[in-house]
Amino acid sequence: MKLAYWMYAGPAHIGTLRVASSFKNVHAIMHAPLGDDYFNVMRSMLSREKNFTPVTTSVVDRNVLARGSQEKVVDNIIRKDGEEHPDLIVLTPTCTSSILQEDLHNFVERAQLEAKGDVMLADVNHYRFNELQAADRTLHQIVQYYIEKARKRGELPEGKTAKPSVNIIGNSTLGFHNNHDCTELKRLMADLGIEINTMIPEGASVHDLKKLPQAWFNLVPYRELGLATAAYLEEQFGTPCVDITPMGVVETARCIRKIQQVINAQGAEANYEEFISEQTLNVSQAVWFSRSIDCQNLTGKKAVVFGDNTHAAAMTKILAREMGIHVVWAGTYCKYDADWFREQVSEYCDEVLITDDHGEIGDAIARVEPSAIFGTQMERHVGKRLDIPCGVIASPIHVQNFPIGYKPFLGYEGTNQITDLIYNSFTLGMEDHLLEIFGGHDTKEVITKGISADSDLNWSKDGQAELNKIPGFVRGKVKRNTEKFARERGFKEINAEVLYAAKESVGA
Amino acid sequence: MTTTQQPEALNFECETGNYHTFCPISCVAWLYQKIEDSFFLVIGTKTCGYFLQNAMGVMIFAEPRYAMAELEEGDISAQLNDYEELKRLCLQIKRDRNPSVIVWIGTCTTEIIKTDLEGLAPKLESDIGIPIVVARANGLDYAFTQGEDTVLAAMAHRCPTKAPAAETETEKSDRNAIQKLLNFGKKKEEVVQDESEYVDHPPLVLFGSLPDPVVTQLTLELKKQGIRVSGWLPAKRFTELPVIEEGYYVAGVNPFLSRTATTLMRRRKCKLIGAPFPIGPDGTRAWVEKICSVFGITPKGLDEREAQIWESVEDYVKLIRGKSVFFMGDNLLEISQARFLVRCGMTVQEIGIPYMDKRYQAAELALLEKTCQEMGVPLPRIVEKPDNYNQLQRIYASKPDLVITGMAHANPLEARGINTKWSVEFTFAQIHGFTNTRDILELVTRPLRRNTNLQDMGWDKLVKEEAKI
Repeated sequence: MKLAYWMYAGPAHIGTLRVASSFKNVHAIMHAPLGDDYFNVMRSMLSREKNFTPVTTSVVDRNVLARGSQEKVVDNIIRKDGEEHPDLIVLTPTCTSSILQEDLHNFVERAQLEAKGDVMLADVNHYRFNELQAADRTLHQIVQYYIEKARKRGELPEGKTAKPSVNIIGNSTLGFHNNHDCTELKRLMADLGIEINTMIPEGASVHDLKKLPQAWFNLVPYRELGLATAAYLEEQFGTPCVDITPMGVVETARCIRKIQQVINAQGAEANYEEFISEQTLNVSQAVWFSRSIDCQNLTGKKAVVFGDNTHAAAMTKILAREMGIHVVWAGTYCKYDADWFREQVSEYCDEVLITDDHGEIGDAIARVEPSAIFGTQMERHVGKRLDIPCGVIASPIHVQNFPIGYKPFLGYEGTNQITDLIYNSFTLGMEDHLLEIFGGHDTKEVITKGISADSDLNWSKDGQAELNKIPGFVRGKVKRNTEKFARERGFKEINAEVLYAAKESVGA
Repeated sequence: MTTTQQPEALNFECETGNYHTFCPISCVAWLYQKIEDSFFLVIGTKTCGYFLQNAMGVMIFAEPRYAMAELEEGDISAQLNDYEELKRLCLQIKRDRNPSVIVWIGTCTTEIIKTDLEGLAPKLESDIGIPIVVARANGLDYAFTQGEDTVLAAMAHRCPTKAPAAETETEKSDRNAIQKLLNFGKKKEEVVQDESEYVDHPPLVLFGSLPDPVVTQLTLELKKQGIRVSGWLPAKRFTELPVIEEGYYVAGVNPFLSRTATTLMRRRKCKLIGAPFPIGPDGTRAWVEKICSVFGITPKGLDEREAQIWESVEDYVKLIRGKSVFFMGDNLLEISQARFLVRCGMTVQEIGIPYMDKRYQAAELALLEKTCQEMGVPLPRIVEKPDNYNQLQRIYASKPDLVITGMAHANPLEARGINTKWSVEFTFAQIHGFTNTRDILELVTRPLRRNTNLQDMGWDKLVKEEAKI
């Protein structure tokens, strides 16, 4: 058992549902108790879906517990098949059904006899995988199913498309800015003269899946979703995979060069160098920005980064390499893929943090006192408590992270968006401090800067008053040094005298 | 709309139970706020945690007094010892928060692997010195607000049987010991002054978790009739749970509290006052009247009070009069709300409800029937364990002016030009008593007012008509 208040990645079935409901005309049936269909609420509210989420529950209640589901699951599949005629029904196990150990495979086989659409059981163990891993596996499973089906029927198309083409794998519903990224990638491919063969899973039909082998290569923009599928396609059809996330100026160029290499190896004669420099100088403002005076002011400022692998790694590189910002630590909650993360970021930050414990993250932020945080919604709230601005760069996210305006993180427009995000986070922090230095609005009495450890020292009124006179951006440090000093010397209360004694002792 | 009076009784149906609702563990969201010295430990999986984290929204960031005891594979396969694991976590909670009570919420998983929470609790309780209350609020058995019911039923066992100070007091103050306890810290004169305002009646304890302002409002409403509320289940703090002795009277304030009512009657030997629930001015009045009648009191001033409330909300009532409403059903408040909206002049097409306790809700059902007859509208069908898919077909067919539904359906229905109101708001808003009538109407009329503002823009249907299958 583990005491937990917050989790970064959801349970496995959420991943399966995200992939299933990204496809057009695919329905997921959860084998779950009442109330587990919370996914529908999230999809309807967060991404403001106009359509009903194609997820229903085959309810596990007392009767099921006593006698097993019997006909119930099969009936529910057949019923949904008749009502909505989906191409595919994905039976989705949950934590409950994995301990009931019912033979869901058997239900699927029985339902398949009567259902007109295809029926499949998502092969995901709730206790072994999280949301992201499950999504990756489910996408692979669906692709494999339809490739094999087409192969059996002799419907697999021969050869590649006439012009260079790509499968973009990994855009899904409830993904962080995925819909904007999707548009940006389409645009980028069009500029490169590359046809989009398919984009999966968001918006795709399962009938398109047999076309997958026709692409010249696969582009997997996100580390978390699509690599299993790309590996499968490479193994089956030798389709090469480009897995460089085009996020940030340098990485976007690297991604494009890799694409060039991959398609030229298959006989294209692409040269994207001119395109890259044109885009870098004229479309993206990020490069010019890092030369401008604004960015100079950010030099050496401290930041911390936390999120999923894709976004935290890319963000760390952008901050360190493209803006000269000091990334004190970068972290990920994708513990299962920690080695990759370490390898990506180690040279761009002082320390790498691999954890999914938000308390540990909060403490690490409090300890470092960065000028800005780039993290998830949880880090944003830590930032609020510590008065440190935060740019949200990864899931878990709230409804405000599903903006209506065009805000990709990938591609050349993405570099502009990220620049704004970074710059706005830092300036807000600076303005705040300037206000404080010039005696702006600081009438607050209480300052508690720790997240978990409560200080056992008392600050007297005059001590607190002196502390408040110290400019905000160093106040935390002074407070901590003073408390350390007081603890070492056994002072119970910190008054102005102790504060200045501490100051003298460190020679500040 | 032309309506004919239908003499038949209410029509009850039961569908497949394929509907959307919140998991009952969501009750921790409001109960940890209500019971200030509590800590709720939900013993379940990532699925439960994910639901709470998302359903509670920003509350999660406010260092809530709740946590998950997340079960891992070793717990499921019993490689780890339940008792030791729970002890470790509860000691950590004791150290960090020092609560007066830890409430264990049993979930689907603990049901399936048959964790003996009720058996473990007393042992651990004596080991660590903090009361542990066990409530099995799981999705196998219950829906949404029924979670509170399971918690309060478990708490009912913990209510003291005798006021601690009772023996040393004189006979007169003996009866009022509870009142003293509740007034702890107040000046004695005040308590004495209060005495004269009350009629002599057997002690009355109300049950149901309500925000403190509403507790005050309802308590004062009864005080006007000379009725003293001896205590509430739950109180603001676990240490202030009311005394419940054999023969006390109890009354529910919410329609989903049937287990609590049963526990109070059978285990604590209380007498249940079966009344409609104090939702809407009509409901509040009926509730007060019923309590008065049980104590042989002639209620005074209720006519004026109700009329005055109706008058004050006429601007809102005007907006919904003659319109139709459809309850998809998810929080068990549906019968009371429907009854109130019929009184406002609406026609109710269907009342979906997760679970219908016809005995506990008898008075409310009778009032609904009576209200429909008086307002001359047809009696609605009441659909227990509804089937959301079938309901959507009925909604498309009958085109109600307003659908009260969960969030899973709200946006898709709006996109199809159907007004919706998100039902969960009614659970969190203050809707009880005379005073809060405006708040219910504020919620009910909001989509209609919003759409009046957006009228004439010509974009009420935002999805293509689906092909008829």
